[in-house]
Amino acid sequence: MTIKKSYEEINRKLKAGKAVILTAEEVSKMALEATPEEIAEKVDVVTTATFGAMCSSGAIINFGHANPPIRMEKIRLNGVPCYEGLAAVDSYIGAAACNPDNPKYGGAHVIQDLIDGKDVTLEAWAKGTDCYPRKHIKTTININTINELTMFNPRNAYQNYNVAVNTTKKMVHTYMGTLLPNLRIATYSTSGELSPLLNDPEFRTIGLGTRIFLGGTQGFVVWPGTQFHTTRPKNELGIPVTNAATLAVMGNLKEMSSEYLHAAYFDKYGVSLFVGIGIPIPILDADMAKRVSVNNSQIETSVLDYGTVGAPKLGQVNYAELQSGTITVKGKKVRTAPVSSIAKARKIAGELKEWLQKGDFEISKPVQMFPKETSLNSLKETEADND
Amino acid sequence: MIKKRYVLNFPTQSGDKAFTYHLVKDYDIRINILKAEVYPGKKGSLLLELHGKKENIEKGVEYLQNHNIKCESLDKAIQLDAENCIDCGNCTAVCFAGSLTMNKETWKLEFDKDKCVVCELCIPACPLNLFKIDFR
Repeated sequence: MTIKKSYEEINRKLKAGKAVILTAEEVSKMALEATPEEIAEKVDVVTTATFGAMCSSGAIINFGHANPPIRMEKIRLNGVPCYEGLAAVDSYIGAAACNPDNPKYGGAHVIQDLIDGKDVTLEAWAKGTDCYPRKHIKTTININTINELTMFNPRNAYQNYNVAVNTTKKMVHTYMGTLLPNLRIATYSTSGELSPLLNDPEFRTIGLGTRIFLGGTQGFVVWPGTQFHTTRPKNELGIPVTNAATLAVMGNLKEMSSEYLHAAYFDKYGVSLFVGIGIPIPILDADMAKRVSVNNSQIETSVLDYGTVGAPKLGQVNYAELQSGTITVKGKKVRTAPVSSIAKARKIAGELKEWLQKGDFEISKPVQMFPKETSLNSLKETEADND
Repeated sequence: MIKKRYVLNFPTQSGDKAFTYHLVKDYDIRINILKAEVYPGKKGSLLLELHGKKENIEKGVEYLQNHNIKCESLDKAIQLDAENCIDCGNCTAVCFAGSLTMNKETWKLEFDKDKCVVCELCIPACPLNLFKIDFR
């Protein structure tokens, strides 16, 4: 018999506490002995998760109006520049923003301070208008004094990512960590078989409006992420073998916790934000069961030389090899290190499973599916005097 | 026989005495110098691995302390704020000594201080700035 389940049917089972929910790791183990048809019959939802540094993150803030009011045209939060090109007291603080005089404290740290309940200094300047006469304000804000504090991350949850190595004689400092010279380390940043977009590689269940775990609360997928690329080379299971699709996500930062959201500073690179994301995947049929059954040895990625301009590809490895601690690159054994937290990803997948089991979390059918056949443009240079 | 690592901090006036010689000769301790920094006329620091009988190592350390050498076992000199660690693994990438590793079952960070050579690469490599080392 061919199994077909609807979102409504799965939600009814969730509400009644009768749904069977597994984490992506648990279902990968189950798949060693069960067929996709058997899994589709037994399992209703599979939880996936990731906890990695995602620079393309940030927060929309509304400060509230002072009396007399100000139309903020230059804004600093604890000295970190925020975007001033919105309405009078609306702003967006990017995770990677920083004051060049204090490069180790950036937007991500401001966001974390706010969710931790700490006071933050707001300073803003303006030219003064008839309706907004004020030219300067300096005050203290915190999570309770401001109006909205909404996370909006234009690009998160990368579907696969490259492995970084360095073949040069010099240490290289990157967002993939500090890379020792002479191929002495390979770093990787995906939670492998736990990673959301590797479990639904063709986006049959993830799209606009998908309800997700975001930073410790419920959030949503709101758009394809920036640099959304669906036509990268794929393996025989349809899984891209390099960085491909991404998600834009939103959620209420006031409900998030620094347990699942953490500011970071990468030496000689800059500030970023570790973001905890969990996505439930409904097992609608045997095809979805097959997708989520994928294990680390079936997910491959590309090894790139971050020490050389253009980051040439040196090889291809799978996540079982990466997680074993050693890979072979150009005939040489190279030690590996993760740079995204697998322990936290596991915790998120477990937490989301609990929410689903309690009936606190409804799975949602996307209101619109993602575009297919997308690719990326490079930045064209029209001036002659570039570096 | 035990093996233990110590961070030694020498005061200004101690550069001319052959302390390590006495550790070997008088206390029968095998020493391995893992790191040394000398600032002439100011101070000096040494990371030593001492290998010998427990009572001999204790006496040797006492001998050093009696000569105004600050002698701290390595696990006290190097601190990781483990409570705030997110187990991302960035520090394990730079730890060529194999002191910082990820547990392959739990994917939690493990810190075997007996393997640390105080290269200090983990300090800037930790994106949360959780390592503190008191070497000089």
